[in-house]
Amino acid sequence: MFFPGLPINDYRNYLLRSGPFYFLVTSELNSIEENIVKLYDTTKHPRPSQALPFIDFNISVTGSKSKLIFRNNQNAEFSLDSKKVFNPFPISHVTAMLEWGMNWCISTQINTYLIIHAAVVEKYGFAVILPAPPGSGKSTLCATLIQEGWRLLSDELTLLDLNTAKAVPMPRPIGLKNQSIDIIKARYPKAVFGLSSAETIKGNVCHLKPPTESIRLQSVQCPVRWIVFPKFEHKASTQLRNKPKGEAFLQIANNAFNYNIIGKIAFNTLKTVVDQSECFTFQYSNLDEAIEVFDRLRINL
Amino acid sequence: MSVKWPLLVAILRHEKSFSDLSNADWSLLISQAKRSLLLGKLYYLLEAQNSLIDLPDGPYTHFETARVRAEKQRRDLGWELTKLKQAFSETNCPVILLKGAAYAAANLSISYGRTFSDIDLLVPASELSKIESRLIIHGWLHQSKDQYDDMYYRKWMHELPPFKHAKRGSIIDLHHNILPITALNCPKAGSLLESIVELENDHSIFTLSRLDQIIHSATHLFYDGELEHGLRDLVDLQGLINELDENAKLHLADRALQLGLHKPVFYAVRYLELILNTPNLESLRKKLEQNGARIRSLNIMDFLFSKAFMPDHPSCDSRWTGLARWILYVRAHCLRMPWHLLLPHLTKKLLKRLSKTNSS
Repeated sequence: MFFPGLPINDYRNYLLRSGPFYFLVTSELNSIEENIVKLYDTTKHPRPSQALPFIDFNISVTGSKSKLIFRNNQNAEFSLDSKKVFNPFPISHVTAMLEWGMNWCISTQINTYLIIHAAVVEKYGFAVILPAPPGSGKSTLCATLIQEGWRLLSDELTLLDLNTAKAVPMPRPIGLKNQSIDIIKARYPKAVFGLSSAETIKGNVCHLKPPTESIRLQSVQCPVRWIVFPKFEHKASTQLRNKPKGEAFLQIANNAFNYNIIGKIAFNTLKTVVDQSECFTFQYSNLDEAIEVFDRLRINL
Repeated sequence: MSVKWPLLVAILRHEKSFSDLSNADWSLLISQAKRSLLLGKLYYLLEAQNSLIDLPDGPYTHFETARVRAEKQRRDLGWELTKLKQAFSETNCPVILLKGAAYAAANLSISYGRTFSDIDLLVPASELSKIESRLIIHGWLHQSKDQYDDMYYRKWMHELPPFKHAKRGSIIDLHHNILPITALNCPKAGSLLESIVELENDHSIFTLSRLDQIIHSATHLFYDGELEHGLRDLVDLQGLINELDENAKLHLADRALQLGLHKPVFYAVRYLELILNTPNLESLRKKLEQNGARIRSLNIMDFLFSKAFMPDHPSCDSRWTGLARWILYVRAHCLRMPWHLLLPHLTKKLLKRLSKTNSS
């Protein structure tokens, strides 16, 4: 772990910003460096003389010390404030684990925003929240939309400001899994990807770099106008259906990380957001048609 | 003795003020406070100094988060107490809270921002099995690891294996004393039970008397080998003792003597003065010293405790920290259990662990 004023060892340090949060990542692993260089524009290697911002999360990703005979059995570990927070994992998964670990830091350590497991994107000043359980094609849809001119606020964690009920941007690389990686690579050849982590518990994972414009606007909060629950179904026809607001409210509350912890203010914030939003379920299999549906949303403004 | 205290300790000693902190200091302070379970405490310290308004956004997020979490725990405790009262209502046994839950239920100022992981209860040993069955009927189930673990708790310890509620996940530690019955200075639980006091705001809930709470907190801290959160417990003790007037402090010495627990109270006073720079403890310390609480190898203990009580954080570790914590861990085991019981127990545990490793 690195702290300003403490001696620096061989480990390398990276200052990463994610919306309101700053991470100081410490690692000696080349794959971490390579991935960060690919995915983050704002990478800096802080030096003792450099004035640092306030660091929210001091994390490190290290190869575990035990010498194993078989190199491919080598493990890595993720620590917050030098305390290990996950079980050791195969070193080939480090790039995925770094991103998941950063999300874990925010979703477990922060209660000043209502944090929902959902993607959130914006166009023409209004945000659409995409809450979904894993496997519903949320990230694929989100990755597609941001290639089509939508601004990425977040792919994984929707932060709602408890005072303004606006969505707070936290643009980070988007984690794509299995076939989604090839689909997005084929559709958008210019898209930038990080290193892939093969055979994780979620399958093959590779992260997509967010658009520069989304990063540039990462301090600009955004009012929410739509809540769309996406569901990818193989060969299904494209359907956008109204969803009762009460149902949408409960489903989001159940998908929030800290709804119960925050209590009453979380209820009020979510109520404001649901009241001011149109709520839909969205079934799709064709991304071109999905793009069209989302572009039609703004016509209702 | 001139010591460079870690930032968190310097703040608690009022040697450094919040207004002097740079971004890097705030990062370090919050990180140390998180590891010491003192972040919520610092929130209320900032509030008391009217400094919350001046906080930069970044640090504010973490302090506010700690407050929200502590408030959530307070709400949850209220609900668990309702459920506990139901479970106890079919018995003649009072609900007696210990430690963190007791501070929170009594709304003591030290409970603000303080979190705890379980609810500690004290019951008379004679009522233990009755209360155990009531807890099980009301959904709290045993969490013992195996039969030996269970037997060990029941035979030697001052508490049953922890209970966990099947639905809500709340954890209860059911005590019949405040030290293992094998401990060198195990007090008579009856004496503690005679002095319990009811809460002002809820006459069906009891805590130990204020003096006994302090003695329990000190005993727990100086007989317990796991000192990673020792600084938090020391801060608790400071808050509890600070509320006593001079007269009550002398009564504290008498009561500790009566229970045979004057040494842990002496240690508490010693490290409150040394580490937290707590004022106005002189007369209490002298009275304890006069009554035989003087420690012979105090220099060594000072060295060990002043290392072990520092935040469990890499910025606070010296080359001696690990060793100091280990020595105190072993010391605590010896205080809690005589060698002829401890050795077979540790051997048994070691064998169990080895056989588990081999079979997996």
